[in-house]
Amino acid sequence: MEMKERLKIPRQPMPEQDPQVRKRNFDEVPLGYTPETAKAEALRCIQCKKPECVEGCPVEVDIPGFIALVAEGKFIEAARKIKQTNALPAVCGRVCPQEVQCEVRCVRGKKAEPVAIGRLERFVADYERAAGEVSIPKIENKTGKKIAVVGSGPSGLTVAGDLVQMGHDVTIFEALHAAGGVLVYGIPEFRLPKAIVAAEVDYLKKLGVKIETSNVIGKVATVDELFAEGYDAVFLGTGAGLPSFMNIPGENLNGVYSANEYLTRSNLMKAYRFPEYDTPIVRGKNVAVIGGGNVAMDSARTAMRLGADHVYLVYRRSRQEMPARIEEIHHAEEEGIELHLLTNPIRYLGNDKGWVTGIECLQMELGEPDDSGRRRPVPIKGSEFIKDVDTVVVAIGAGSNPLVQSTTPGLDTNKWNYIVADEETGPTSREGVFAGGDIVTGAATVILAMGAGRKAARAIHKYVMSK
Amino acid sequence: MSAKILEKQQLSENVFKLVLDAPKIAKKRKAGQFVVLRIHEEGERIPLTIADADPAKGTLTIIFQVVGKSTAHLSELKAGDSLLDLVGPMGQPTHVEKIGTVVCVGGGVGVAPVYPITQAMKNAGNYVISIIGARCKDLIIMEDEMKAVSDEIIVTTDDGTYGYHGFVSQALEEKYLMTGDKKIDMVVAIGPVPMMRALCDVTKKYNVHTVVSLNSIMVDATGMCGACRVTVGGKTRFVCVDGPEFDGHQVDFKELIDRQRIYLDQEKQCYDHYCTCRQQGKGA
Ligand SMILES: Cc1cc2nc3c(=O)[nH]c(=O)nc-3n(C[C@H](O)[C@H](O)[C@H](O)COP(=O)(O)OP(=O)(O)OC[C@H]3O[C@@H](n4cnc5c(N)ncnc54)[C@H](O)[C@@H]3O)c2cc1C
Ligand SMILES: Cc1cc2nc3c(=O)[nH]c(=O)nc-3n(C[C@H](O)[C@H](O)[C@H](O)COP(=O)(O)OP(=O)(O)OC[C@H]3O[C@@H](n4cnc5c(N)ncnc54)[C@H](O)[C@@H]3O)c2cc1C
Ligand code: SF4
Ligand code: FES
Repeated sequence: MEMKERLKIPRQPMPEQDPQVRKRNFDEVPLGYTPETAKAEALRCIQCKKPECVEGCPVEVDIPGFIALVAEGKFIEAARKIKQTNALPAVCGRVCPQEVQCEVRCVRGKKAEPVAIGRLERFVADYERAAGEVSIPKIENKTGKKIAVVGSGPSGLTVAGDLVQMGHDVTIFEALHAAGGVLVYGIPEFRLPKAIVAAEVDYLKKLGVKIETSNVIGKVATVDELFAEGYDAVFLGTGAGLPSFMNIPGENLNGVYSANEYLTRSNLMKAYRFPEYDTPIVRGKNVAVIGGGNVAMDSARTAMRLGADHVYLVYRRSRQEMPARIEEIHHAEEEGIELHLLTNPIRYLGNDKGWVTGIECLQMELGEPDDSGRRRPVPIKGSEFIKDVDTVVVAIGAGSNPLVQSTTPGLDTNKWNYIVADEETGPTSREGVFAGGDIVTGAATVILAMGAGRKAARAIHKYVMSK
Repeated sequence: MSAKILEKQQLSENVFKLVLDAPKIAKKRKAGQFVVLRIHEEGERIPLTIADADPAKGTLTIIFQVVGKSTAHLSELKAGDSLLDLVGPMGQPTHVEKIGTVVCVGGGVGVAPVYPITQAMKNAGNYVISIIGARCKDLIIMEDEMKAVSDEIIVTTDDGTYGYHGFVSQALEEKYLMTGDKKIDMVVAIGPVPMMRALCDVTKKYNVHTVVSLNSIMVDATGMCGACRVTVGGKTRFVCVDGPEFDGHQVDFKELIDRQRIYLDQEKQCYDHYCTCRQQGKGA
């Protein structure tokens, strides 16, 4: 096809479930490209000599390379091309914030719309999985080195996948009963089907990675005991799984959840399928979700799917400052989530049985910029108002879980108790101990955790081979 | 990791004991810690105290009361069956040291979790008085085991069918605190929340330090979700990682009782559904 014609192709829209239907089910929202729409979208890429998009990608996927293969209809080859640098394309195609990474840099975006890189990535990964053509590379040259990976989130999965392919003997220790970290307990089914995560975990097992679920490091064994058992190196990818509360009155009332609990009940424990699954969850009619990030969006949309009449998203700054992906805010609004911006809760009201009945809020206005460069919200005097609610989900961020740090002498942490590690290569203050992902950076993204895992894998390889 | 059931025993009408094959946990566990288990794929994660362990044999003992669906299901498993998941040892171990005279109080199935603590207190060289109680004679469990690790023991029943007629808190007050014969340095109490609250009300009057072990509702038990939060001394604490033991005089028991009732309706629905399925012979 001529370049001129290619430039005329519009960005292919992503078919989605109708908002009125999907707001009451847990099936995935976007339905995915067809081979035809994928090829059409791929033809929009002008195959830049110096691709800006690749620079925007934290793991430097060969974007024009895989897109050229899509345009030729070589979908399986395209998936393998991505997998050279990104082990979890089906996940990243769904949850990466492409609009601030690769797509924002795409030259096509200057005059028209950027190439839909994320949608193409998702398409080829799904195509490969559906075709059952996932190939297992043969691993030669066993090194005889044993490596323990603590945590099975994106950072731990990446480290494990890379190291096992370098010939090492890798065991992942995961505290929960299922592997995947936030991908299984946090991000809901309607955004990331759990079957996809399970397929990725299965792939690692086929590569030879051993996964010991229900093993909490710091409890059943400490890092030092892992070394004593014969591990040559330990990678810590324990994430940022400590829920934050605001410490305002009424926060322990029945019906007030941390986002972690709400989402874990629904996703990991499948409470949305109660009573088929045993774990219960409060199905509120009037739900307030506090926060403005992806976690708040996921909580609000989950509440809607659990049958709420009203879901209020209460955020203390304005729309511009919301950290959630624009696409997710848009999805949430389509589903009827009501945004209460520049609003901050100051206390929860309860009845004599200890159940939350209301939320008292203050109206805010934006003042001077704060440390983060965003304008600081300041309360407007006398603007208090009360809203009736029966469920509240607090989604205002997460901290570091201290289980490993408090049982590993000599492991340096910063003032928020995150592990201090070289962000380029991952070594910590303890010899042979590496760390990466949210436990080093604080809550960030899937792709950054994977990037940290990849870098740490190289450093661990170098370390164990030089011993 | 999964865990095989090696032995099963019924201790009273609704209380069962299981011995599990769990060598890694058996080796590491200390008095006061617990495990979380899941029976099958659709099951909940339920916390149960490690009542005993044999590191040499690699076994753990759990003792539980049937109160709802998961415990009912657990009680129907047999030796040779396996639990899908078992994780532990969770929680902080009991702080054990020689302090003098310690009273260990267990109410109902609470005797099971207080047993390893009693044992540890005795081994640390304390003079140990045990008070164990239940509604009636048939519901008293582990009397012999408790006797073996105590210097003195009182058994109480609410209805007077055995031992002291009354509540454990009354026995403690009447026999020890009021008489003042022995200086009590510390009380450890585990049982239903109303019992722990009543007992703390008594010991507060006499200013005797009292440790209670709290059974809040949990999900992950790794400090990740906050389901288990309680207010202790005006501060929010997570029972699974900060506890399960706390200074009983600082605990907001009303809040704990309210929070334990969050899912009452769903729990009943779940249990009824299970019982109906059982009757129809379909399993759950
Ligand atoms: C609800 C929600 C939505 C999100 N949405 C997005 C999104 O759309 N896009 C995006 O890019 N990012 C998103 N994120 C952020 C992203 O998921 C995280 O940045 C990423 O998962 C971090 O990966 P990790 O490997 O560092 O840790 P995690 O994924 O947090 O995994 C850590 C794992 O370690 C385990 N662990 C912890 N302590 C121990 C221990 N002592 N022993 C054994 N195991 C232990 C934990 O159980 C957990 O499984 C979201 C996060 C949440 C919570
Ligand atoms: C640290 C700890 C140690 C415990 N040790 C023992 C023990 O040694 N022996 C024993 O018999 N019981 C123990 N329990 C209580 C036991 O966990 C509950 O009885 C069990 O979870 C009930 O499950 P169910 O499905 O049978 O009943 P359900 O019908 O689900 O619930 C009955 C009641 O049990 C409580 N409960 C329900 N789900 C949970 C949960 N996920 N976590 C905690 N409590 C819950 C609630 O208060 C509820 O009202 C302990 C609890 C904790 C937190
Ligand atoms: S910047 Fe856009 S057009 Fe250029 S190679 Fe990347 S995706 Fe293709
Ligand atoms: S049970 Fe989740 S934090 Fe305690």
